[in-house]
Amino acid sequence: MTLTLKNAAKTFADGTAALKPTSLAVQTGEIVSLLGPSGCGKTTLLRIIAGLEAPDPGGQVLFDADDVTDLPVERRQVGMVFQSYALFPNMSVRANIGYGLKMQKLPRAEIEARVDEVLEMCRLSDYADRAITALSGGQRQRVALARAVAPRPRILLLDEPLSALDAALRDSLRDELARLLRRFEITAIFVTHDQTEALAIADRVAVMRDGRIEQIGRPEELYRRPASAFVATFVGHALALDGDVTGSVLALPGGNLPLPGAAPHLSAYVRPEDIRITPDGPLEARVESAVFLGTHYRVTLAGVTRHPLVAIHAAPEAPKTGSIVRLDIAPGAVLMVPAEGPAA
Amino acid sequence: MRQAKVFQLSVTLLAAAFLIVPAIMSVMAGVTANYFRGIRSGLTLKWIGQVFELYADSILLSLYLALGCLIATLIIGVPAAYGLARNPGRTSRVLEEFVSLPLAVPGLALALALLQLYGTMKGFRTSPAFILVGHVLYTLPFMIRSVLAVLAATDLKTLEEGAATLGAGPWQRFRDIVVPNAMPGILAGALTVVTLSVGEFNLTWMLHTPYLKTLPVGLADSYASMRLEVASAYTLIFFVMIVPLLMAMQWASDRARRIAQ
Amino acid sequence: MTDRLFVTLCLVPLAIFSLAFLALPLGRLFMGAVEGEAGWGVYLQILTTPRYLSTLVQTVIISVLVTVAALAVSTTAGLFLTRNRFAGRGLLISILTLPLAFPGVVVGFMIILLGGRQGLINQIVPGHVVFAYSSLGLFLGYLYFSIPRVLLTVMAAAEKLDPALEEAARTLGAGPARVLRDVILPGIAPSLVASGAIAFATAMGAFGTAFTLATNIDVLPMVIYTEFTLQANIAMASALSVILGLVTWVLLVLARSYAGTTVAAGG
Ligand SMILES: Nc1ncnc2c1ncn2[C@@H]1O[C@H](COP(=O)(O)OP(=O)(O)O)[C@@H](O)[C@H]1O
Ligand SMILES: [Mg+2]
Repeated sequence: MTLTLKNAAKTFADGTAALKPTSLAVQTGEIVSLLGPSGCGKTTLLRIIAGLEAPDPGGQVLFDADDVTDLPVERRQVGMVFQSYALFPNMSVRANIGYGLKMQKLPRAEIEARVDEVLEMCRLSDYADRAITALSGGQRQRVALARAVAPRPRILLLDEPLSALDAALRDSLRDELARLLRRFEITAIFVTHDQTEALAIADRVAVMRDGRIEQIGRPEELYRRPASAFVATFVGHALALDGDVTGSVLALPGGNLPLPGAAPHLSAYVRPEDIRITPDGPLEARVESAVFLGTHYRVTLAGVTRHPLVAIHAAPEAPKTGSIVRLDIAPGAVLMVPAEGPAA
Repeated sequence: MRQAKVFQLSVTLLAAAFLIVPAIMSVMAGVTANYFRGIRSGLTLKWIGQVFELYADSILLSLYLALGCLIATLIIGVPAAYGLARNPGRTSRVLEEFVSLPLAVPGLALALALLQLYGTMKGFRTSPAFILVGHVLYTLPFMIRSVLAVLAATDLKTLEEGAATLGAGPWQRFRDIVVPNAMPGILAGALTVVTLSVGEFNLTWMLHTPYLKTLPVGLADSYASMRLEVASAYTLIFFVMIVPLLMAMQWASDRARRIAQ
Repeated sequence: MTDRLFVTLCLVPLAIFSLAFLALPLGRLFMGAVEGEAGWGVYLQILTTPRYLSTLVQTVIISVLVTVAALAVSTTAGLFLTRNRFAGRGLLISILTLPLAFPGVVVGFMIILLGGRQGLINQIVPGHVVFAYSSLGLFLGYLYFSIPRVLLTVMAAAEKLDPALEEAARTLGAGPARVLRDVILPGIAPSLVASGAIAFATAMGAFGTAFTLATNIDVLPMVIYTEFTLQANIAMASALSVILGLVTWVLLVLARSYAGTTVAAGG
């Protein structure tokens, strides 16, 4: 199913403009992630798609060619995984997963068969008759997913499905979720505030900020060609190189850096992994600290810009704290985005 | 320290004796052949038999009323508690406060109010429905509060949204999600309603007619006009009915309270 | 059907029932009070007729006495039962809460069994000692009714008290009496106020007990009852009911806003 959102906006009764007019198109089978800091309107957008909130007048939600804007949630055939899972405590795992099928008034035998199939896929067969309260966090998460996909919804909506789990579990479930979503071959929207999750799971990522989508694109695209300072810093922790641009040269306190091209009204950003410590680099910096993190050192460098830069230094030895080193940044690695105030 | 404990224990024991001794006396008197001569006169079920002869109708009427009251409070109270839980606003608070008035206003005053408005509607005035209205009026707030307390502690909104995305309409959500999750509160409320209805006197005394006497009305009648043994036997029958109800009610209410925390 | 409509429909049975059997009858009661010959003067009559005034005063006095006694007994017993564990404790608690389900009439009978002509006291004490039908009997009846209710509230509050508070006070050198005065009683004070108000309101409105004891002192519910049924003085019965209802309702609202608890007046 394709999803089309036209000028969907949401202003709550208390005046909060949670979502500015937003348009979005999602292709059949595509997994799109809504990524952004807390409070930027991700959940609101998701709830408008689900039918749990009505968009402000003028907004439209289309499933394929059907205008579902005025269709109540129970008739929209969406599957939703809630942040708190919203599993029914009065029902067993099996009854939870079968509930949507029961609502479709399918014959008993077919419900059983389909529940078994989903249980199998989500590795829950051993827990089918348990009470919800007798499950671990990770198991609950999978039940919530199984329950949402069992009725074969037109679209699957997931609201921070991993955020209630602890870090170790989150990592392993993230990969499993990515695999399951591909296997279900379902159009899905996945809300998260964690860029790793978004990049790992989504076909396309929509970065949101203050109630609007700031940029949407494939993970690589967002990462390599951020359209704004906000996207550059939120996705991949890019750091600002603030200096004066003359022609295609950026003058920094630590030296002059050649840019890919003439860049009036643009700001330069760089990611930690793109800063190389090398004896013949054009920039000079002083090593503030170097922290060993196993695969690399995380080196904090002062003197290049007004703020310290952070570099990922994958070498057997760390530079000495206090020593002066030279840095290079490949012209292709410098991210040029429209100038604006420092990102929130 | 020591002295203080002895004093506290004495007060506790005295209070317990004050409460239990007459209850035991009543039980004994109900099965004693002649109360004045004491237990030496022998044990008998004669008085209990007499009570059933004299008051079987009253006891039955009370059971029917309790059942009717339970059904009415379930039909009115459970949806109402849900409605109040879904609208946690000022209007709901005021409405809840208003329907809780019968908790505070003495039954006598409520009965006078009902009598003045409906006393002249003969068919209604003389039917058991009139007493039933009084009982529902008095017990309804217990049902509503008991269910509401459990619902307020449940994340009803999210659970219902979950059911809605799975295709459940409002009625199905009420049936499949709201009622099952409110069940501890409904059970506690139901037991409270039955216990209170079986024992209700203040309203009933004013609302009843000579042909419609409930168990407690019959009790008052027997206290005024029967010999002590019969009155005691009747009280004994009442205890046998009410004490298990009370214990079940306390168990269910404690459970509901733990869930509602 | 939309969700909003369904939720509204859920409140409809309640709205209809409360309108027909609570709002309208109470309205009728208010009107009934001022529809007599005296009009609004009926309320003045209460204050100027010695019989009504003394009834009011007596009812308030006996209710205050019952409240004080119930608080004293139940607080002592409740604190003792929460702070000590011993064999038979559960049984004691059961005995002390058993009368919760007794209606006022049955409580009246209990007092007759204790203090009536064939009562226990008259049998074991030499001479003729009958108090069931006096104001002492009424007082004991109300006390019987109130002890379990106050006790439950006190015990619930005492169990919620943080034991560390008491331990802290002990480490600071406070003896048991001081701990009681400085830590425990202030800690359960809201519950004491609430249950005291409930005991008072219940005593004000108790009808069954007074009815069974056919007591020889005038208390408000009995006067309302006789005005209505024997004198057919509907206006006065209504006016007294309005006053009684307002007093008990205001007290219980205050108690709840102060302590946040609800215990049924009941009975
Ligand atoms: N029901 C509501 N009423 C008023 N404001 C709301 C409501 N729901 C969300 N908001 C506000 O709308 C903004 C966006 O919220 P949300 O969509 O939940 O953000 P996110 O999911 O990205 O954290 C926030 O400022 C939030 O406080
Ligand atoms: Mg959110």
